[in-house]
Amino acid sequence: MQVNEKEFKPLIVAFCCNWCSYAGADLSGTNRLNYPANVKIIRVPCSCRVNPMFVLRAFQRGADGVILCGCHPGDCHYTTGNYYTRRRMTLLFSMLDYLGIERDRTRVEWVSAAEGAKFAATMNDFVATVTRLGENKRLEDLRCKKQ
Amino acid sequence: MQEAMIRRAKELLADGTVNRVLGWQRGEFVYDVTPAVFASPDELDASFVYNDFCGANLSKYLVAESRKEGKVLAFLKPCDTYSLNQLTAEHRVVRENIYAIGLPCEGKADVEALKAAGAAGITGIADGGDTFTVHTLYGDQTVAKADALAERCANCKSKQCVTYDELLGENGAVQNSHRFDMVEQLENMTADERYAFWQGELSRCIRCNACRNACPACTCEKCVFDNPQSGIANTAPADSFEEKLFHIIRAFHVAGRCTDCGECSRVCPQHIPLHLLNRKFIKDINELYGPYQAGADVAARGPLTDFTFEDCEPSVVHERGVN
Amino acid sequence: MKSLLLKDMDRLLAALAENRTLYVPTDGAGGAEYRLYQPGTPLSEALNTNRSAKDFFFPQTENMMRFQMRGKEIRIEEPTRPDEDFVVFGVRACDARSFELLDKVFLSEPVDSYYQNRRAHGVIVTRCCGRPEETCFCTAFGIDPTAPGGDVSTWQDDQRLYLAANTPAGQALLNGVAHLLTDAPETAADDAKAKTRAALANLPIQNLPLDGFGEENLLAIFNDPRWAELSRACLGCGTCTFVCPTCQCYDIKDFDTGHGIQRFRCWDSCMYSEFTRCAHGNPRVSQVERFRQRFMHKLVYFPANNQGDFSCVGCGRCLQKCPVSLNIVKVIKALGGEKA
Repeated sequence: MQVNEKEFKPLIVAFCCNWCSYAGADLSGTNRLNYPANVKIIRVPCSCRVNPMFVLRAFQRGADGVILCGCHPGDCHYTTGNYYTRRRMTLLFSMLDYLGIERDRTRVEWVSAAEGAKFAATMNDFVATVTRLGENKRLEDLRCKKQ
Repeated sequence: MQEAMIRRAKELLADGTVNRVLGWQRGEFVYDVTPAVFASPDELDASFVYNDFCGANLSKYLVAESRKEGKVLAFLKPCDTYSLNQLTAEHRVVRENIYAIGLPCEGKADVEALKAAGAAGITGIADGGDTFTVHTLYGDQTVAKADALAERCANCKSKQCVTYDELLGENGAVQNSHRFDMVEQLENMTADERYAFWQGELSRCIRCNACRNACPACTCEKCVFDNPQSGIANTAPADSFEEKLFHIIRAFHVAGRCTDCGECSRVCPQHIPLHLLNRKFIKDINELYGPYQAGADVAARGPLTDFTFEDCEPSVVHERGVN
Repeated sequence: MKSLLLKDMDRLLAALAENRTLYVPTDGAGGAEYRLYQPGTPLSEALNTNRSAKDFFFPQTENMMRFQMRGKEIRIEEPTRPDEDFVVFGVRACDARSFELLDKVFLSEPVDSYYQNRRAHGVIVTRCCGRPEETCFCTAFGIDPTAPGGDVSTWQDDQRLYLAANTPAGQALLNGVAHLLTDAPETAADDAKAKTRAALANLPIQNLPLDGFGEENLLAIFNDPRWAELSRACLGCGTCTFVCPTCQCYDIKDFDTGHGIQRFRCWDSCMYSEFTRCAHGNPRVSQVERFRQRFMHKLVYFPANNQGDFSCVGCGRCLQKCPVSLNIVKVIKALGGEKA
């Protein structure tokens, strides 16, 4: 699909766990794989560090999409952290959907340190999805919009 | 019932089992009842009341009361016993300091429902079995009890007291309720309709925090919304985002711990159906991680502090039918 | 005095809405609220709205200014002050009286220009209460619901609405819709008033013992041991303060928007842990102290500073809305001394 990037460039916040996904992002960089510069990575010690509040506040501060990346289930550096993430984010995303907020603005993806290509592909796909959705209107804070 | 409660409370005070009683105090009107602590038989005689309007969940008060000197007698409705169990599981109450008397409950009335039925200027309410005879400044009016029932009671989940040291009357059973019907109805709407619905409901929020403060699951010493360092502390919703943030986080923080006692909706001065947020989490948990009733079993592990290797992925939300 | 057939009510409202913004009480999912007038929407029959009418002059949140950083320069932008004229129709006597109390706070030096601006643009049309309820006790504070005040007072019987202007602004408003109104004798609304008076006589709470709240008893009331008992069930929510027509405490906050600072004020509640927080924390550390502050303010401090006027209008909202049925009536009955 042809995306007209001049019209709308979504701001994407990607929470990446330190041990797998952040290293995966690094690898995609050293491999010179491209993913859009409007993906802003926030490094967290573990995907389960991400409080639902982080996701909501990212939207408040102008994000159009929020993606969480962590180690594959079973590979968590802290053994079980991402299992908790999985339940939490499932319930949070379901709640956002229940409130009528576009469900495609949020995503969880498991990316290991060896999956640089998957990281880039995931980000490209997510950016395209959010671009199609357009600006975040339903979880916006008008005060934070640039005038 | 009220006489039996007072009699039993006096006995337990007299034999030293407890040194005070947590119950309800009579107010200006029949429906005007306040949770109160009674320390003597005289105080009980003077103002102890138990009627169809004693809806407040007393378990919340046990967080503070059970840490005081001596044992406290608490009269708990089935709903309240679920909350007490949950608080016990979370070590928020000292269970040994509580003497819980379980009460049978046929549902509590909502004075707002009586007023909505047209009763203005209520001076008295007489119990007529299946009906209330409401005496008002402008004449009497009869309202069927079923029509005056609070929403949470019309969709009662359980009439069973799950923890008690003693029961007054017979214990009830878990009910086959329709409490998720409205959630399902919302789920079947389109995203736009849901958004419009919640926007309309939540925009009425005045951020009085009654839902949070009345909630027996909300027992943080310092709420994040009261912490000026959090960046989100606020006393008024300055933007519609803040209403959503507050209510999503409030409901999420009690997800898996909420016993669905319905206090949040009962106390809301703006009649926002907050229980529909909590019930959404309960329904999702039931469907995705197996049936779970918070407070039913004090030894159970909460669904959000637990996991299985086979849990569904968050993408399950995206894969649902598109409305 | 003017009169109007009730069936022409909507024509009157439509005419009022022609030149100004018109707010009327209407029923909604959460109860009665003031909303922007929409043609055809019936007026709420409820005695009072959930929230009081103070919002029109003292809104829950209000932007004060914005700071923008340009390099090392800070630019201050003031928001445009609302300058449209508006009419609030159907205010009850209690809420109308609350504006006078708020005026004492906001219009005395230093004058609150935000409030003053809104006040200057608003016209109040009051409504005589037809069916006062058990929670009403405005008469205890000397309010006469049969003379509801405001810029225009209205009364209603089965057929007609009677209107009388109290101020030049009210007279101007009535002149603007004079083609809809017919002249009526000054005694036309007497039946409606008598009916309301008869209902008032039966109200259960109106003889409240207020004599004990004089300034001379300030310390005695402040130190009264019964506060602990009275406040025990208090959950510390802000419902009473936010539905109250006379609560006027607010907080000024700065919100970091990411590209500047939005300074705004919003209602605050003495029930909250962060109320009047200063460097060392909140001076009132327990709920007993916070609860006491609310009622001391309304019943002792405010009258001491305002020629004996209590900061309560007896609207009864706190009686209806408190989750655990605590309210000012219980406090007055406990601490007001013997009824003279």
